[in-house]
Amino acid sequence: MAYPANYRYTKEHEWLDAKDGVATVGITDYAQSELGDVVFVELPQAGTKVTKGKSFGTVESVKAVSEIYAPASGEIIEANGELHNKPETINSDPHGAAWLVKIKLATPSELDGLMDAAAYEAYIAAKGKEASA
Amino acid sequence: MDSGISSTTTELRKTPLNALHRRLGARMVNFGGWDMPVEYPATGGLIAEHKAVRNSVGVFDVSHMGDIRIRTGRTPGGALAAVQHLSMNDASKLAIGQAHYSAMLYPEGTFVDDVIVHRLGDDDFLFVINAGTREKDISWVRENSKGFDCVVEDLSDAYTQLAVQGPRAHEVLRKLTDVNLSAVKNYWFTHGTVCGLPTRMIARTGYTGEDGFEIYLPGDTATSENAWNALMEAGKDCGIIPCGLGARNTLRLEAKMALYGHEISESINVWEAGLDRYCKMEKPEFVGRAALAKASVNGLKRTLIGLEMIDRGIARDAYKVFDAAGEQVGVVTSGSPSPTLCKNIALAYVPPAFAGIGTTLLVEIRSQRVKARVVATPFYKRPRKAASQAVTN
Repeated sequence: MAYPANYRYTKEHEWLDAKDGVATVGITDYAQSELGDVVFVELPQAGTKVTKGKSFGTVESVKAVSEIYAPASGEIIEANGELHNKPETINSDPHGAAWLVKIKLATPSELDGLMDAAAYEAYIAAKGKEASA
Repeated sequence: MDSGISSTTTELRKTPLNALHRRLGARMVNFGGWDMPVEYPATGGLIAEHKAVRNSVGVFDVSHMGDIRIRTGRTPGGALAAVQHLSMNDASKLAIGQAHYSAMLYPEGTFVDDVIVHRLGDDDFLFVINAGTREKDISWVRENSKGFDCVVEDLSDAYTQLAVQGPRAHEVLRKLTDVNLSAVKNYWFTHGTVCGLPTRMIARTGYTGEDGFEIYLPGDTATSENAWNALMEAGKDCGIIPCGLGARNTLRLEAKMALYGHEISESINVWEAGLDRYCKMEKPEFVGRAALAKASVNGLKRTLIGLEMIDRGIARDAYKVFDAAGEQVGVVTSGSPSPTLCKNIALAYVPPAFAGIGTTLLVEIRSQRVKARVVATPFYKRPRKAASQAVTN
């Protein structure tokens, strides 16, 4: 699956798509493939304040619970309610329909430290090598 | 994102099929020091694997399991006497070619490990033990069989062990063996060939709550891969797929089969775990018997129950269980979504007062307490044929 060039990525495998001070956030294709079948998603309500690097929700597969970390600080303005009943969308369309939350960015300059698609792909390729060594 | 499972592969032990699992693109995890496949995303992943075993057939590499052979020294009866001392079930009731579930206990009546005891000969037994407890189990057997005239051999690395599980396992394996599999009843085993290779055993056993066989083959990579590939080929029409430890866990949980370190451990006794029917107190002696006799007089402090989540949320290992008044009464030992029932299920220890079917309890999931209901177990029981092949205790 392609990593959209206009997104920014974290080392914890979240993606972020910022437009007009609002960032749409999800987990990457790599993250969903590592997790396996996603069966449960827990997201904060609109109005919740999140801090860059801090956990704001969880995604669970049959086997494991994974924390989702905020790629940037701000306020949640919307959570993707569709995922409540269809968590498996995270496996099928992680970069699109399975967005998790929209964050009104408090400090847009925080995005400068994130990876672009090329850097993220190099990052996960290196991880893959490490695992099969 | 940060999954709880470690994917580090340094210094991990490998089964003879390790390279094959990697070629199949399996997601590998560290399981008790072993580099094992948790699921095979390319063929559908965990839920598909679970369903294949419930509805048709799947194959697991379980070569990480340990094997201890106990056979007699010079005196006839030496090995049987040692097994009777080490194991809580009654091995004298086993015919040659028969197996049963049992456990080795500490003097406190708690678990060293659970085992399947196979009677290979009059005075010749094979214990199949857990991977994570191999070294501990082998020292335990050596130490506690010292007073008996028997020879203890660690054969753990001698075999590749494949579990072919599911209602169509028989149909698939039949194509590859000279053995009349219909004559092998549940918890019996035989010897014979699979794909023309001599086996140590073909046993009608498993850890899925489904019909199936466990095959013990020579442990070299070429033989193991040939057998694996032959099974895949023979099972093609049945939709056979490779299955990982993830599905193995959800399958055994639905069937309420204990997992060491979860439902059974060095701090849980036989009565609490509800494994009474495999523990033969009518035997005059075995390690743990005296403590269990005492414990049955004192009564149960806690008992293993099945939970079904009422509210949203998945109970997991070590989550706390509360009563309606907000008092902590127990702890979850295993929990998962159940792919067969499409519900979130769990096993937990609570005092008997809270074990009644229908009791509402609360499970704390990330600081929120969500409702669950005590339900009858096993959560899943396979439909049995009219001529029932009952589990021999």
